[in-house]
Amino acid sequence: MQDNILLKTEGVKVYYPVRDGLLGKSAYVKAVDGVDLEIRQGEVFGVVGESGCGKSTLGKAICKLIEPTAGKIYFNGEEISKYTPKQMRPIRKGMQMVFQDPYASLNPRMSVRDIIAEPLIVHNLVSGKKEIDDRVVDLVKKVGLDVYHVNRYPHEFSGGQRQRIGIARALAVEPKLIIADEPVSALDVSIQSQVLNLMNSLKKEFNLTYIFVAHDLSVVEHISDRVGVMYLGNFVEVGDKKELYKNPCHPYTQALLSAVPIPDPTAKRERIILKGSIPSALNPPTGCKFHTRCPKCMEICKKKAPERTILSPEHEVYCHLYSKEKA
Amino acid sequence: MARVMTKEKTVTESNDIKTPFKEFVRKFKKQKTALVALAFICLLAIIAVISYQVVPYGINEYDYSAIMQGPSAKHIFGTDEFGRDLFSRILCGTRISLSVGLLSVSIGAILGTILGLLGGYYGGLLDACIMRVCDVLFAFPGIILAIAIVAILGSGLYNVVIAVAVFSTPTFARLVRSTTLSLKSSVFVQAARNIGSSDRRILFRHILPGAIPNIIVQYTMSIGNSILTASSLSFLGMGAQPPTPEWGLLLSNGRNYMMSSWHITFFPGLAIFLTVLSFNLLGDGLRDALDPKLSE
Repeated sequence: MQDNILLKTEGVKVYYPVRDGLLGKSAYVKAVDGVDLEIRQGEVFGVVGESGCGKSTLGKAICKLIEPTAGKIYFNGEEISKYTPKQMRPIRKGMQMVFQDPYASLNPRMSVRDIIAEPLIVHNLVSGKKEIDDRVVDLVKKVGLDVYHVNRYPHEFSGGQRQRIGIARALAVEPKLIIADEPVSALDVSIQSQVLNLMNSLKKEFNLTYIFVAHDLSVVEHISDRVGVMYLGNFVEVGDKKELYKNPCHPYTQALLSAVPIPDPTAKRERIILKGSIPSALNPPTGCKFHTRCPKCMEICKKKAPERTILSPEHEVYCHLYSKEKA
Repeated sequence: MARVMTKEKTVTESNDIKTPFKEFVRKFKKQKTALVALAFICLLAIIAVISYQVVPYGINEYDYSAIMQGPSAKHIFGTDEFGRDLFSRILCGTRISLSVGLLSVSIGAILGTILGLLGGYYGGLLDACIMRVCDVLFAFPGIILAIAIVAILGSGLYNVVIAVAVFSTPTFARLVRSTTLSLKSSVFVQAARNIGSSDRRILFRHILPGAIPNIIVQYTMSIGNSILTASSLSFLGMGAQPPTPEWGLLLSNGRNYMMSSWHITFFPGLAIFLTVLSFNLLGDGLRDALDPKLSE
């Protein structure tokens, strides 16, 4: 294990129990189904995948807003997966989350000042009204809002401004890791880039590490150092951004990338259209979960889940196509 | 672009911060009936405080030369079977009715809010227990339940307060529980948990403020109802005892003379009617002003 690993997960699973009818046997939605992940200090790790693949659930499980069903999570070398909410409290100082919906994530009955001051008060980082005010004003300026905004209420702000407030709140405790759960997907495209640039400059200023969850491939390409592609609760391919975008190996990644529009009307590209829709996480396919839609499906894929195959130090894939080649 | 817009905002509305409270006041001012109701309730409150000092006759001032007289210049509401001035007695009864109403509903609201918050937030066995007890209480009609409680505790105004408090508690518990359940899963509560806020902080800083508008509306509505129940209990002889000038008791006294002297029942009845009506109208107005869905 490298020294600069900030966060590590081993076989993290999040299963939601569901009941089938009144007396039916209870089944599980396997939202996250055994994820191994290593996040390095100072990097931006992008998580992409289509809706319902468990990327948000993974983010929430890492900061224990959702209790993981199984698996281990190490933050800063400390195993936090079994921590109680009380034990988690000091950990949260190092790990914060920015939420997807900037309209729902701010309490409409609290002023911006109270919202940003809350983490400061909860963690006893400041004392006295004056100090809180100074710190809040400082944070508000850092995220590009104006000082007079602090006494206002969330409903008076636009989506982008609200997301800035959410970022300021996350920054208040000076965390090492920020888990951004689709922070820009609810925003206009023009505002998206502003918020992304803000996150980028804050990263440099505060030496942050991001886990950046998104479904927008171009957004992830813009901000990430490394990218993980998720499908039905598992990573199918993890790699360095440049490597992964240039040389996608997993058939799913290839299909995803072929769907990104190129801003050039004359450009021609072979599009890989996947058939069918994403299978239910309640009853995922056996073997490789992608085999029902995979254009390169083989016999083994239906039976056996693929192991991790390391293609290069910065590129790993979960696919039988490559494990066979290696064997 | 965003920069320009913020600058414009500075100029136009930098002094005009829309706090939720200011929004509420602005909307409430549009509710004319509720304003009238509020004015009437304020008047009642003033009467309740000063009635004993200003009434023309003492509440137990018997005048056997003027028994059961109709309304006149001397006795605006007339007199009862002992020649007591009804106007004075009704005015002095305001204090009793209002305090019984306020006290009992306050107890019910506080208890119900605590139970609802705990049940809704922690769920599980605690929630199941609280809600089943509420279900049992809901199964009784309010007045029957109150009679049962008074029958156990004995008659008297204090026991009426307890009785009314007991039957208004489950309404608050259920109301607060449902709001708690919906707010508990909201993103901003998740965000608060992510920050590391304690359960207590989440309950009192995030969930309770969200439930308060509903509590206020229910509180106002319940006061009318509880005044009515308290009066009913007195009417049935289980609440205030003679010669207390309680409205329900006045009504009950007058019942015997209803055929010959209408005013003995009419004026206490009118007092109860107007008071309950104005609390209900105020409640309606508050609901409209506090309901975020109705914001334009």
